[in-house]
Amino acid sequence: MKYGYYPGCSMEKNARSYHDSTMAIAKSLGIEFVEVEDWNCCGATEYIAIEKIPAYALITRNLALAAEQNGSTNLVAPCSACYLNLKKADHYLTDDPKLKKKVDTALDAGGLNYQPGSVNVQHLLETIAIDIGYQAVEDQVKRPLYNLRVAPYYGCLVPRPAAMEQFDDPEHPVTMDKILKSLGATVIDYPLKAQCCGGHMTQISEDTALEMLRRLLKNAADYDADMIATLCPMCQLNLDAYQDAVNARFGTDYKIPVVYFTQLMGLAFGFPASELGFGKEIVSPSPALEKITVDPPKTPRARRRGKKSGLPTPTITEEG
Amino acid sequence: MSEQKKSPAEQEKIGVYVCHCGSNIAGTIDVQEVAEWIEGNPNVVVSRNYEFMCSSTGQELIENDIKEKGLTRIVVASCSPHMHEKTFREATERGGLNPFLYEMANIREHGSWATNDKQAATIKAKALVNAAVERVVHHAPLEKIPVEINPKTLIVGGGIAGITAALELAEAGHHVYLVEREGTIGGHMAQIDKTFPTLDCSACILTPKMVDVGQNDNITLLSYSEVESVDGYIGNFNITVRKKARCVIDELCTSCGICEEKCPIKVVDEDYGAGITYRKAIYRSFPQAVPGFPVLDKENCTYFQTGKCKVCEKVCPTEAIDYEQEDEWIKFDVGNIILATGYDLFDARKIPQYGYGRLANVFSSLEFERMVNASGPTGGHIVLRDGETEPEKIAIVHCVGSRDQNYNEYCSKVCCMYSLKFAHLVHEHLPGAEVYNYYIDMRTPGKGYEEFYHRLLNEGTHFIRGRVAEITDADRQPGEEGKLIVQAENTLLGLQQRNAVDMVILSAGMEARHDADEVSKLFKMGCDYDGFFNERHPKLAPVATMTDGVFIAGTCQGPKDIPETVAQGGAAASQVAKLINQGTVMMEPVRASIREDECSGCRICNNLCPYNAIEFDEEKEVSRVITALCQGCGTCVAACPSGVIDGAHFTNTQVLAELEGILWDVQSDVTAKQEVL
Repeated sequence: MKYGYYPGCSMEKNARSYHDSTMAIAKSLGIEFVEVEDWNCCGATEYIAIEKIPAYALITRNLALAAEQNGSTNLVAPCSACYLNLKKADHYLTDDPKLKKKVDTALDAGGLNYQPGSVNVQHLLETIAIDIGYQAVEDQVKRPLYNLRVAPYYGCLVPRPAAMEQFDDPEHPVTMDKILKSLGATVIDYPLKAQCCGGHMTQISEDTALEMLRRLLKNAADYDADMIATLCPMCQLNLDAYQDAVNARFGTDYKIPVVYFTQLMGLAFGFPASELGFGKEIVSPSPALEKITVDPPKTPRARRRGKKSGLPTPTITEEG
Repeated sequence: MSEQKKSPAEQEKIGVYVCHCGSNIAGTIDVQEVAEWIEGNPNVVVSRNYEFMCSSTGQELIENDIKEKGLTRIVVASCSPHMHEKTFREATERGGLNPFLYEMANIREHGSWATNDKQAATIKAKALVNAAVERVVHHAPLEKIPVEINPKTLIVGGGIAGITAALELAEAGHHVYLVEREGTIGGHMAQIDKTFPTLDCSACILTPKMVDVGQNDNITLLSYSEVESVDGYIGNFNITVRKKARCVIDELCTSCGICEEKCPIKVVDEDYGAGITYRKAIYRSFPQAVPGFPVLDKENCTYFQTGKCKVCEKVCPTEAIDYEQEDEWIKFDVGNIILATGYDLFDARKIPQYGYGRLANVFSSLEFERMVNASGPTGGHIVLRDGETEPEKIAIVHCVGSRDQNYNEYCSKVCCMYSLKFAHLVHEHLPGAEVYNYYIDMRTPGKGYEEFYHRLLNEGTHFIRGRVAEITDADRQPGEEGKLIVQAENTLLGLQQRNAVDMVILSAGMEARHDADEVSKLFKMGCDYDGFFNERHPKLAPVATMTDGVFIAGTCQGPKDIPETVAQGGAAASQVAKLINQGTVMMEPVRASIREDECSGCRICNNLCPYNAIEFDEEKEVSRVITALCQGCGTCVAACPSGVIDGAHFTNTQVLAELEGILWDVQSDVTAKQEVL
């Protein structure tokens, strides 16, 4: 299937491994990514707060290019901030005719034009989980990630673009959990999966940022996670690059590697680690990856009938 | 009842009455202009506007005009026919005309209440009045059809609403069929420990009534049964009930309970036990169950799954176990139906950030009811999920799934009060435990309810005003380890607060039954936006439905507490008793009829009729409508390829005239129309 692809700035530099692994698994899953030509930065989280009209015009320029160049109406953004900005621009242009008029004028100066709604902006997770499906992912698994305990970390942007259609529960998303499960990994019920990593707070208030990161790392460690799987370059950078700073500040000794979920997919699909961008991390994932076993973990034997221990506990079904 | 063609010369004398309805209509519609405009119609002899047409003086206007001015047709432009069609038909009749020579134009619900635009509302009112005037000319006098009321009644649902209604009718000497889906009657009230605000034991006040139901000769109790089909109409419903096989022979079983005791299979009781209790594969929900004989749960029974076991058969002293028992279909006729099908508890799993189903010590309100009950899984001890540890700090979260646009927008009405009751029970069972009630607003309207709230304030319950954001086990600060952390904004202090507790109780709201929509279709009535059964009128007909002879009571209509539910059960019973005492009701003569001499005998209409009201005369080779069964739905009228079926009061001429009337350009002079037509 053909998809438009908007990499965004970070995919070219710090999140190169995200890009490489995405391209690797795309082949296995039958996805053809067509990169938008001459794309520009989405403005990240700051620009909209500073200058609204130029910010929207810059974002919408990418949508206009995608609509013009691409045969597919789907535009995939793997970066959380890019995804949110593209989706938000499309939404507010539909909602706010005044904004649209101003943005139209700006685009027109560059010989461009964009009709809101003509491009369907997707996050990469949505493309894989919803469009491709868990079964298709499972079908590609050649080296299951047995016995690897993974904390699925979504961050705050992807699950909850305000006032827009959401592909997952905004407070307790499960799509990445399901993908990782289909790879054979042991997925922990990570309570902080949709909480913020602090974003650019590291540049503004280090105290705040380190405390936010500490919580995420502590919780993953409390659950004996071997690694954290993420889908956002910002989250990866913060958790990985500032882990030492957290340890220094709080006297902890966290060594939790933070990788992209696409890298884990690539491993399970049988690609060599070198093709998936492994080796660029600050906290090395090697010790964690060595835990992967050939045999699946033993499922604990069902409790013997009649032997009562405590009260029956409600459960959530897989679909729920 | 064939159509009467009017020659243009044969003019009717129409009286038109435009109602102000105080300011309800006159505040938006220029009633005087409407009345004056329609007076231009050559058939209109008198056109008035009046403040309240439904008042006795208003009705007298109609009566006097008929007598004095020799009117032959009446049009009232006012509210919905549901409200006052009957009123004005009777006024027409008192004036000496057949009541069906009257037509109503609804300019309130369809006009003044629909917009604030006065000009648009006035234009629409003219169109509606014009349509009624054009239609009424073609009306024919009709006679109402008397229908006898079968004095037996079907009540669906054996909770406190159904029990109350059944006992009221049975004690008045009328026969009742009480159909209950579960193995026993009792409903949710049987699960509850104490009732607010009096704190009397729920079972103690309920079980005597259950026993009365079981012993009353006028009540046929069909437990573990479901209504399969409903045919007919008020006074004459034909009911089919499927009595599910419980694999126990009623006549032989002595309710000794030994089968239950000896059964080796233990499963979680999701219904009565709220998921926090175990039961056997052959079981009674509770010892006081009515009827007292157990139900065999085939899905979990070893014999049904593997072909071996049969322990219950071996131990039964009266040989009452019958593995071969099959479902039974029972047919009977009733005159009226009361639906008292109750509610489902909101499933707190839908709010994942509250952790129900993920975090062991998050409990639903019904789980807590069972736990705190002396006959519950812990004998009334409040403990954590491990079955042993007593909690020291408990948070009770109000409005779970209620007053929330993501789930149910409505207030579930009972949760504030039962949350207060929970807080009290914790204080009583675990003196020294700290209780935190997280509420949005405290809603305690009811006799003695506010006083109960004050009592709890004095008992030392902590009240925190704020909707809980999340409940998590992710500890962040010292002291939070191994606890459940409740995060909420205390809106009175304007502070985000974290509170580490041992146990959380989610006060989930009431929802419409998951199958309420199917049930409503079975009984040919409707559900509201939230999925609850729709009452005929929210204020004046709260237990009636749009279907004559079908009544509703209790929480199937919307969230309510026990006193209100009991009141509705009684109200529904008295509505039914009224109809039984009347003996007959007059039914609308809106019926189909087939012009036999023109019928080709194609029989297309025969199978289309949803009421099986069309028979085929083999000799004459024509179809014929059985008037007593016909409900006047019009399906056959529309389907007849020869156009020889007439729907009384909805003839082609009448409907087309109405259409012409409503499509007329009302901004032009009404007199000009006659020339065009």
